[in-house]
Amino acid sequence: MTDSRSITLEVNGRAYNTTVETRRTLIDLLRHDLGLTGSHVGCEHGVCGACTVLLDGISVRACLMLAVQASGHAVTTVEGLAAANGSLNPLQQAFWEKGALQCGFCTPGMLLTLTELLAANDAPTEHEIRDAISGNLCRCTGYQAIVEATLLAAERMRAGKESA
Amino acid sequence: MKPAPFHYHDPKTIAQATDLLARHANARPLAGGQSLMPMMNFRLLAPDHLVDLNGVAELAGVQAADGALCIGAMTRQRDLEFSPQIAEAMPILSDALRHIGHRQTRNRGTIGGSLCHLDPSAELVNIVALHDGVMDIASSRGRRQVPFTAFATGAMTHSLAEDELLTAIRLQPWPRPHGYCFLETSRRRGDFAIAAVAVLLRLDGGGAIDRTAIAVSGLTGVPIRLSAAEAMAGGQRPGHDLFRAVAATADTLDAMEDPYASAAYRRHLARILIYRAMQTAAERAQTEAAR
Amino acid sequence: MPSTWFGMSVLRKEDPILLSGRGRFVDDIHLPGMLHAAFVRSPHAHARIVRIDTQAARALAGVHLVLTHGDLPQTMRDRTIPVMMPNPVIKQPFMPQALAAKEVCFVGEPVAVVVADSRYIAEDAAALVAVEYEALPAATDCRAAAEADSPPVHLGSASNVAARLPISHGAVDAAFAQAPHVYRDRFHLHRGGAFFIECRGVVAEHDASTDSYTLQVTSQGSHRIKEGMLDLLDISEHQIRVITPDVGGGFGPKGALYPEYPTAAVCARILGRPVKWISDRHEDFMSTNMERDQYWDMEIAVNREAKILGVRGRLIHDQGAYLPSGVVLPWIAATTVPGPYVIPAFQMDVVVAMTNKPACSPVRGAGRPQGIFVMERLMDRVAHELGLDPAEVRRRNFIKPEQMPYKVGIIFRDGRPVIYDSGDYPACQENALQAADYAGFRARQAEARARGRYLGIGISNVVEGTGLGPYEGATVRVARTGKVTVFTGATPQGQSHKTTFAQIAAEQLGVHLDDVTIVTGDTGTIAWGMGTFAARSAVNAGSSVYLASVEVGKKLKEFASAMMEVSPEDLELRDGNVGVRGVPGMQKSFREVAIHAISAPGMSNLGGLVPGLEYTAYFTPDQSTYSNGTHIAEVEVDIETGEVTIGRYVVFHDCGRVINPQVVEGQVVGGVAHGVGNALFERMVYDETGQPQSTTFAEYVMTTAPHMPNVEVHHMETPSPLNPIGVKGAGEAGTNPAIAAIVNAVNDALTPFGVWITEAPITPQRIVELLGDAALGRTR
Repeated sequence: MTDSRSITLEVNGRAYNTTVETRRTLIDLLRHDLGLTGSHVGCEHGVCGACTVLLDGISVRACLMLAVQASGHAVTTVEGLAAANGSLNPLQQAFWEKGALQCGFCTPGMLLTLTELLAANDAPTEHEIRDAISGNLCRCTGYQAIVEATLLAAERMRAGKESA
Repeated sequence: MKPAPFHYHDPKTIAQATDLLARHANARPLAGGQSLMPMMNFRLLAPDHLVDLNGVAELAGVQAADGALCIGAMTRQRDLEFSPQIAEAMPILSDALRHIGHRQTRNRGTIGGSLCHLDPSAELVNIVALHDGVMDIASSRGRRQVPFTAFATGAMTHSLAEDELLTAIRLQPWPRPHGYCFLETSRRRGDFAIAAVAVLLRLDGGGAIDRTAIAVSGLTGVPIRLSAAEAMAGGQRPGHDLFRAVAATADTLDAMEDPYASAAYRRHLARILIYRAMQTAAERAQTEAAR
Repeated sequence: MPSTWFGMSVLRKEDPILLSGRGRFVDDIHLPGMLHAAFVRSPHAHARIVRIDTQAARALAGVHLVLTHGDLPQTMRDRTIPVMMPNPVIKQPFMPQALAAKEVCFVGEPVAVVVADSRYIAEDAAALVAVEYEALPAATDCRAAAEADSPPVHLGSASNVAARLPISHGAVDAAFAQAPHVYRDRFHLHRGGAFFIECRGVVAEHDASTDSYTLQVTSQGSHRIKEGMLDLLDISEHQIRVITPDVGGGFGPKGALYPEYPTAAVCARILGRPVKWISDRHEDFMSTNMERDQYWDMEIAVNREAKILGVRGRLIHDQGAYLPSGVVLPWIAATTVPGPYVIPAFQMDVVVAMTNKPACSPVRGAGRPQGIFVMERLMDRVAHELGLDPAEVRRRNFIKPEQMPYKVGIIFRDGRPVIYDSGDYPACQENALQAADYAGFRARQAEARARGRYLGIGISNVVEGTGLGPYEGATVRVARTGKVTVFTGATPQGQSHKTTFAQIAAEQLGVHLDDVTIVTGDTGTIAWGMGTFAARSAVNAGSSVYLASVEVGKKLKEFASAMMEVSPEDLELRDGNVGVRGVPGMQKSFREVAIHAISAPGMSNLGGLVPGLEYTAYFTPDQSTYSNGTHIAEVEVDIETGEVTIGRYVVFHDCGRVINPQVVEGQVVGGVAHGVGNALFERMVYDETGQPQSTTFAEYVMTTAPHMPNVEVHHMETPSPLNPIGVKGAGEAGTNPAIAAIVNAVNDALTPFGVWITEAPITPQRIVELLGDAALGRTR
C-alpha cells in the first residue's frame, strides 16, 4: 500500500495533473513521469546542481524536493527556455558561441541557475557569475567558457532591452 | 538513492502540525529539505511520517516583538538574506547568510530547519548562539520558550520532545552603532565551515570596548561563546595587543577531529579568525560611530 | 562556404540539442515494459559470504527477480570480467565476477541484484536481502600490503603484489656513483576519482527470437564493452549490439566493463523485458574505478652544472582489489617521469600492490600527472639546492628539437619504445615564460613579501604520449541524399567528435559542415573499434575519417567520370558536386552519383566498381605521437589559514595541427580544473578497515567556479609526422602538468619558511602544519 497524492502543477507553462507516490522526488516526476529528461540527476544529495530547476522563478534542487511539494507551483526546466519554434534564447545562444558545454550534462542546471541570476542582475561581474554557479559542478569545461558566455548574454540582453 | 516509503502530511496551521506530531510515532517535520532530504535519500533516516511544514504560513515571517526580532522557523534563508529589515537591524546575520551553501540551498532552506539540524558548522546556529537566542516551541500540550543553550545540547542534538515543534527564534539585535564581523574558513566557497567566528562589538564614548560577543563554531558540537574573553575585553582599547590576547584563548578550546580537519587545525583557524574578526568588527564600530 | 573547415573554431553540432535539454543519456531512455535494477553491495572491505537469504526481497510487491552468483549462467559463474589490457608481466590477474561468489574484496562489491517495477521498490527490496558475512582482515595501505606478512587481499593468494614493472635504461648505478650531487625525495601522491556528473548506467534488452542482446551503456568504447561480454554471455559477435548514447563525462573509468552490465543483460534475458540500472552517486563513490595512492622514493643525480646524470627510484602503487586496466596506469606513471629532459640513465622499480579497495584504473592523465609531479619537484629541488633559477635548470636539460625523433630508451605500456617524434620543448617553455611575465615575477614577489603577502610561481613541463593504438576506424558514406554520414567506433563523452570529425570529412569531400553527420559508438555500424580515451581519438579516429574520406572522394570521381565520360583527373569535388575543373556547368551532384553507384535491379552500369560511395578505413599507428606543453601557475598563500588562491595560469601547448581551436581550448581549461582539484582539494579517505569515509560530494570536493583561475591558453603547432593529418592528442593536456605547476608555485611562495612539499593534494591544514609557528602570523 503506497502513499499517493493527486497533484496539479505547471511546467514550462503547461498544466499537468497526475498522481504520484508521496516519496517520489520532483526530479523523478519531471524526468520519468512527465518525459522532461532535460534536467539531470548527478548526486541526489543537493551538491552537484545538475537537477536545478526554477520553482516560481527561483532555483531549487529538484532532487531535494518531493513531487507533491510542487503541486500548485510553476516549474521551469531547460525545455522551457528555447522559443516555441526551437530557437535558442540569448543565454543558450551565447553558450553555443563560447563553447560553454562539452558533455552537456551539467548544462541544463547551469542554464537555469544563470537564468535566475540574469533576471535579478542584468550586469553581473565575473565574480558574481562565478559565485552564482558555485553550486553547479562541471567536470568538463573548467567554467571559463560558461562565465564568458554569461557575460556575452548579459551584454546582448541589455542591448536588446535598450533598442526595444 | 531513493527515500524509504512514508506517510505524507501537509498541515496548514501550527495546531495541525503539532497534532500530527503528537499522534504519530517516528514522525519528522520537513522544512526546507536541504539537510533532511539528503539524509532520507541516503536512507540514513526513514521516518514513517513526514510532516511538511511548507504550507504552514504562520510559521514564516519576521516580527518585531519587545525590541527583539521574532523570526518564524519556516522563514527562508533567502528571504532573510534579501531583507532590508535584517540588513538594518542585524547586519551580521545578513553577512553570515551569504556563507550558507549556495543560492539553491538558501532559496529553500529555512532558519528553523538549520537550527533543528544543528550541524556544528552551521552559520545560523552560530549567529543564534552569538545573540543568546530564545527558541519558541509549540506542542499540542502548549507553548514554551527555551534559551538556545538549553535547546542545543550537542552536535545534531536538540532538546525538543518528539511531539514538539520549533516555531520561532527570538534574537535581540544590538543597537546601532555596533561593529560586526562574520568569518569562516571552509574548503571551498559554500562548503561546511571548518571553523567560523562571529563578533559583535560596541565601543563606549572614549573608544574603548563597551561590550563584545564572540562565538566560535565548527570546533565542537555546539558553538562556543568565549565568555571569559568577552569579559576580559570589556573596557580595553581595540588594537593588536587585545586581538592577539583574545585570539590566544582559542588554544584551550576543545575541538573535533575528522579525516578532513584535525582538532589542532580547527583551533588554529579559530585563533586566526578571532583576530581578524575582532579587528574588522572594531574598525566597523569605529567607522559607524564616526558617522 | 569556407575553403577550409580544418582549423576553424566552428560551433559545435552537438550543442543545439544539448542546450535545449534534448540530449539522450542512458537514464533518459524509456522502453516499454522496462524494469529497474538495484544492487546489494558488500559493507565489508574483505569478507567471506556465508549465506544469502533473498526470500523477503523476492516477496515484496513489485519485485520481479533477485539473483545471486549461484543464479547466474554457467559461463558467468566460471569466468571473471576480463582484463581489458592484459600484459604478461601481471603475475596475478585478479578480476571480479559479475556477482561475488564466496568472497568480497572491497566495500561496494556487488553481491546480489534486484529487479523491480521502479528503482524505489528495487532499493526497498535490496534492503531486505539478508547477507551473512564472515569479516576477514583487510589490507588497506598499499605499502603494508606489498609486504610478505600482510593479510591477503584475496584469500589464498601468496602475495598482494600483482606485478613488478622493471623499467630501466642506461648505466644507472655508475651514474649515481660518480655524481657530484644526489638528491632524494619521497613523494606521496593521491589522486581521486573521475566523478563525472553523470553516473554510470546501462539499459539491457534481450530479443528471445534471435537470442541477441542490445545494450545502451555509458561507455568510452562500445566495441570494448561488446568484446568483454562475448565470453561472459557465451555468445557470438552478431548476438550483441552495444550502443553508447550521449555520455555525461567519462575521463577514463567509463571505459571499463563493469560487473553490473552483464548482470543487467542476464536479467533482461530471464525476464524478457528491458532492464535499466543507473548507478547512484553513493554507488559511484564505492564502486567506480578510480585512482588513489602512490608512494614514490626517488633520487636524482646531477653534475655541477645541474645537468641530469640519472634518475632512479621506487614506486608503490595502490591498485585496489582488481586489475580492470591491467597495469597501464603505474606503467604510464613511471614512463612519464623523464618528460622533456635528457636522462642518460633511468630506472624505476614499480610495485603494483593490491588492496581491499575499489579497483584502480586511469583517470584523466592516467598516471602522467604523478610522473610529472615527481620529475618537476625534483627539478625544483635541484634548482633550490644549487641556487639556480628553476627555469634555467630545465633549460639546461631539455631535449632539443634537432634531436627528434628522440629515443628515451624505455618501453611504453603499448609495448613500443618511447620515441618522441616531434616538438620544440625549449621554445615552448620560453614562450610560456614570456606570456607569464616570469622575468618580472621575482620583483612582484619581493614587493608582496614586504607587505606580508606570499606569492609563488611554478613551472611544469609535460610530454605526453597520445594517439595510442591499436586502431580506430571510420566508414564514410555518401548516402542517397547526397549527404555524408560517418560511422566510427570512437565513443565520445564530451570530446566534440561530432563536430571535429565532420570538419575533417567536410574538408576532404568539399561539402558544408551541415551536410556531414557523425555517428559514434554503435557496434552495429562498424565492425571494429576501440573508443575514446587516453587522448587518442583525434589521431586514430580523425586519421581514419581522413583516409576513408580520401577514398570516397576517389570513388566519387570514378563513378562521375563514367557518368560524364571524362577522366577522373579532370574532376574536382566542389560544394557537394563532382565537376570538371574549370567548367562550372559540367558536374553531377553527390546525390546523382550516389544513386548511380547504388544502381537499380537488373542494371549493369557499375563497370566492375564496388557499389556505393562508401569506404571503411582503420588507422593503425606504429607508436604514440607525443604532444607537449608548459604550464606556469601563480598562487598566493595565506600563511595563517593555509588557503591557496590561484592567480594567473598560463598554458603553452603543442598538440600538432588543431582541428578546432575552441574545442581544444575548452579541453585544456577543463583539464586544468581537474588538476586544480587534485592539487588542492580531492581526496578519497578510507579508514584502516577499508571503509570509505568520502561518500558524498560534501566530503569529496572538486573544483568549483570561484576557485578556478582564468587560464590563458596558447597554441604551438608542431605537426605530427606519424599520421596523415598531423594531429596529436589534447584531451589530458590540461590535467597532466597542473598539479606540479600549482604545488611548485605553493612551495615557491613558502620558500622564506624553509618548507619543502612532496605531496598532493596539498591542503590548507597541511600547509599550516608545515609552517609551524610561522602560521600564527600576527597572532604570535
